[in-house]
Amino acid sequence: MAKLVLSLNGVVQGEYQLDKERLSIGRKADNDIPIDNLAVSGKHALVITILDDSFLEDLGSTNGSYVNGKLIKKHALKDGDVIAIGKHEMKYVNELATADDDEFEKTMIIKPGSASAAVAAAQAAEKAVASAAPAAASPASTAPTAPAAGGGGGGMPLGRLTVLNGPIAGKELVLTKALITLGKPGTQVAVISRRPQGYFLTHIESDGDGKRYPTVNGEPIGPKAYQLKDSDLIELAGIKMEFSSST
Amino acid sequence: MNLSDKLEIVNISDTGKRRPHNEDSTLSDAENGLVVLADGMGGYKAGEVASAIAVTDPHELICSGLRKIKRAQLDKVTGLHSESVLVKEAIIQANSNIYNTAQEDPECQGMGTTIVVALFYSGIVTIAHVGDSRLYRKRANNFEQITVDHSLIQELIARGLYTPEEAHAKTPKNLVTRALGIDANVEVDVVEEPVIAGDILLLCSDGLNDMVDDEEIHLTLSKYSVNLAEAGQALVDLANAKGGKDNISVILIRALEGFSDSGGFFKQLINRFR
Repeated sequence: MAKLVLSLNGVVQGEYQLDKERLSIGRKADNDIPIDNLAVSGKHALVITILDDSFLEDLGSTNGSYVNGKLIKKHALKDGDVIAIGKHEMKYVNELATADDDEFEKTMIIKPGSASAAVAAAQAAEKAVASAAPAAASPASTAPTAPAAGGGGGGMPLGRLTVLNGPIAGKELVLTKALITLGKPGTQVAVISRRPQGYFLTHIESDGDGKRYPTVNGEPIGPKAYQLKDSDLIELAGIKMEFSSST
Repeated sequence: MNLSDKLEIVNISDTGKRRPHNEDSTLSDAENGLVVLADGMGGYKAGEVASAIAVTDPHELICSGLRKIKRAQLDKVTGLHSESVLVKEAIIQANSNIYNTAQEDPECQGMGTTIVVALFYSGIVTIAHVGDSRLYRKRANNFEQITVDHSLIQELIARGLYTPEEAHAKTPKNLVTRALGIDANVEVDVVEEPVIAGDILLLCSDGLNDMVDDEEIHLTLSKYSVNLAEAGQALVDLANAKGGKDNISVILIRALEGFSDSGGFFKQLINRFR
C-alpha cells in the first residue's frame, strides 16, 4: 500500500494511506488530507489511485502544486516523489513498486467492470477539474460506465462519406461495411477499415510507382493506416470526399 | 478453397527461460487459411487447459462453419463478411466452454486465456482478438500493430492519464482487462483488412513483445524476410536472449503471389463447378 508522508519544515505531521480511489488535499476540513494554511486552496489537489499506481492532479489551486520542484497539473507519482503545496511537503512512498522489480510478471485478469470504474472515476475527476467544480461530487457508482478504451465496437457511431465533386457529387455513403474499397483499380485504390477505435484509411495501390498516396486535408497519408477524424477531407483518384463521424 | 499454396505459415511456441511450462497454445491450418494463438493464465496447469480449448474449439467450429456458410457475403447488421461473423461466434462459444469448465472443475478455477485469430479468404483477412496477444502487419517497409491490447496500460494511455512512455515505465504490463473464460459473456474485437501479396502478418503472445520492442521485431523480420522459418526462430531467440521471462509464441504468415485474387466471385463460381 502506498502512502503520503506530510511534513512541514522537516517535521513529520502525519501519514496517509492511499487506500481510497480518490483522496483530496485542501485547506477545508472536509478534505481527506486537510492542511490548514492560507497558502493552500480550499480544494487544492486530488490523488487518484488505481491499483498500485497513483496520480496527482491539481484542482486549479491558486498557488499550484509542485512535484520535485516542478509545477504540475497532472502527474504520475513515482516512489520518492516530493509534492509541495504551499510550505507543506508530502513524500510519496510506494515500496511495493520498487520491491517486486524482478518478480515474475504473471499475467492477471482484472474484471472489465473494475477497470472501467477506476478509469471512469479518474475521468470524473478530470471533468471536475475542467469545470472547477467541487471534487468530492460524483461518486464512481453514479458515473456513467466509460466505454472500454478501444472497445465498444457496437456502440461506435457509424461514419459517413460525402462525395464533394465528380459525377456523383453530393452522394452520401454510410460506412456500414467493415471494409470499404475506394478509388479506381489501376489508378489509385485505398480502403477504409472499421476498427473498434475508429475508421482507418490505408493506401493499397496506385499507378506510376505505386506510391501516390491518397491525401487527407491536402497531406499524403503515406504507407501507414491513417485514423480518420471528423470532417477530414479525403482526396483519392481525383475525387474529394468529406468524412464525418458524428451522428 | 484450399489456401495452402497461397500462404506460407510458420508456427513456433517456446516455453522461454523462466516458466516451468508452456501455457501458450498455437494452431495453424494453411488449407483453411486459419491461425489461432492463445496465451493461457491461472492455476496449476489450468492456463494450458484454457489456451488449448481456445485454439481447438474455434478451429473446429470455423472449419465446419466454412463449409456451411455462403462465402464472402456481407452481413447487413454488422457490415462484416460472413467469415468474420463465424470467427466472432466461434470465439464466443470458446469463451462459454472455458468459463463452464472453470466453473465445474475446481482445478481449473480462475483460468483464462487471451486469443488472437486470423482467417484468410478472398484477398481479405479477418482479425479477431481478446486480451493482450497481438497481431502486427509488415507491408513493404512498414510495420504496424493492428490489434489494440485489452490491458490496463492501454486504457490508461487511451484516457490520457499517462503518456505511453510513462505508462511503460510504471504500469504493470500484466493486467488484462478482457480475457476468455472469466465471465459468461465476452466482447470480441473484429476487424477486416485487405491482404496484398507479400504482406507478412505476425501473431504473438506477450512473451515476445514484452521482451523485444516493436522496432527490433520489425528489423528482425526485415533481415530474415526471405526465410520465414528463420525469421520466426530469430524472434524467439531474441526474446530468450533478453530474459525469456514468459512463454513466447510466434505465428508468421506470408501472403504469396496469387492470394489476393484467389477468391473473386466468378472464380468461386467456377470453382464450385470443378
